[in-house]
Amino acid sequence: MMNLNHYGAWTLFMRENRRFMKVKMQSLLAPALTSLMYLLVFRYAMGERTVPNFQVDYMSFLIPGLVMMTMLQNAFANSSSSMITAKVMKVHIYFLMAPLSAWEVVLAFLGAAVIRACVVGGLLLLMILPFVSIPLLHLGYIFFYGFCGSVLMGGLGLISGMWARKFDDMALINNFVIMPLTFLSGVFYSVEQLPKTWQAINDWNPFFYLIDGFRYGFIGMGDADPMMGMGFIALATVAMVVACWYLWRSGWKLKE
Amino acid sequence: MYALKTEQLSKVYARGKQALKSVSLEVPQGSFFALLGPNGAGKSTMINILADTVIPSSGVVQVLGRNMQIDPLWCKQRMGIVPQEVAFDPFFTPYEVLNIFSGLYGARPDRVWIDTLLDRLELAEHAHKNTRELSGGMKRRLLVAQALVHKPELVVLDEPTAGVDVELRKRLWDFMRELNQAGTTILLTTHYLEEAQELCDHVAILNEGELLLSGRMDALLRDVAGRSVWFEFAQPLQLSATQQEVFARFNPRIEGHRLILATTHHQQASSFHDAYMLVHHHFGAPVDVSIDQEDLEDVFLRMTRKHQ
Repeated sequence: MMNLNHYGAWTLFMRENRRFMKVKMQSLLAPALTSLMYLLVFRYAMGERTVPNFQVDYMSFLIPGLVMMTMLQNAFANSSSSMITAKVMKVHIYFLMAPLSAWEVVLAFLGAAVIRACVVGGLLLLMILPFVSIPLLHLGYIFFYGFCGSVLMGGLGLISGMWARKFDDMALINNFVIMPLTFLSGVFYSVEQLPKTWQAINDWNPFFYLIDGFRYGFIGMGDADPMMGMGFIALATVAMVVACWYLWRSGWKLKE
Repeated sequence: MYALKTEQLSKVYARGKQALKSVSLEVPQGSFFALLGPNGAGKSTMINILADTVIPSSGVVQVLGRNMQIDPLWCKQRMGIVPQEVAFDPFFTPYEVLNIFSGLYGARPDRVWIDTLLDRLELAEHAHKNTRELSGGMKRRLLVAQALVHKPELVVLDEPTAGVDVELRKRLWDFMRELNQAGTTILLTTHYLEEAQELCDHVAILNEGELLLSGRMDALLRDVAGRSVWFEFAQPLQLSATQQEVFARFNPRIEGHRLILATTHHQQASSFHDAYMLVHHHFGAPVDVSIDQEDLEDVFLRMTRKHQ
């Protein structure tokens, strides 16, 4: 028998938001400042150079990629840290005990991941925009890639948190999966500048499509076809949400 | 109507340990039910199945008449569970935790009830501290408040008073008794058997995953609890071979001037009269008689040892 608990799902969503707001220096301000540092360093290191194949200055190229990278990392961090902390503190049992369906739990976690990603991304843009002017050509692409990227990474974070048994396991995923894929994805350079092998790997790297498509929304240029990227990302996002639902429903790594 | 009913409930963990062996248990609605057993008996496994953190290998769990496997959310909404392990949310204050738990169970926070819980569980003055600042006993009381905040019909308490001092424990039990009198079914596991005997009207004993007995507490103490009758005489006693045979069914023991016989009591029939008549016939009138009745702890120890 179907039994919905929308208020319960809303409460879990709000609990997740309040959780990251309780540590806002660490969860919001610190990542925005770190990205700002990247920006300053590259601003002075690269000077007035332009990016090959892109007819824009380096700052206009870098800023959208950096904002997206920050959003993706924070979406991942939000759900993964929430889940691994809950598991280490054994609080995850309360999520299992509560009368919430797997859909409701997954939507609450992913919703909060999207909110944190948007808050950090927005904060970063607010810090940058008074000093640098960047174009804003296709809002639809920005919202699509921003939203799907946050859902995708929030989902990956949730699954990683369910899988991990200790914080060290999370560091493993962060350092050996998330960071390499992010840096490979063309945040700081055009992927056309990469050797062919790395370009071939990037063809299957969702981070590449996310950053490229998000950037397209700002400057109207990208390494890949943004429509093809949309299809790839839409499929990956749906697959991720279904995977989260399935794993939560089965109690993977949570129930004995 | 049963608040909780399990049928042939079994659990075999991945490592092969069988924690529950076809347990069929009935917890009547409105009862104060003690689920007892030594460590590793399967009590926590059963509670974790109710909490949905352990998946049963086979069998059925019914909560208030509905099958938990078919209708888990309905069943969960009507249960409040205090886990054995002290697990607390490190980001929030007790007040926030109670608001969150109320919401998770689909109920908009009832401020009056939350204040009542904080007050009755003596957490009111710590309501706005971070949970990390609470002592072990306070954290455990917060777990109880969490389990009660959505006003469940069935409350499951897995050793809720471990580490709670005697005075607080007493006040906690008073509160539980009030809830029970108001109609809430309470299922309790505890190692304090004296408390269980005093509080609970029903009892079940699990041992090594098997249900050894289950029923009303008064019936258990009347029918299962053994009685020793002490007959005291003026002179020291000795049992002849014939007398040993005659008294065999009473498992006789001699301690100086005393003859000690184990009597039984089932339903309306007692073997006390037979024992007395036999003693009188063989030794004459005793100068004194006293009866020593097993309490819950004695029964528990006898039953769980017998099965080891």
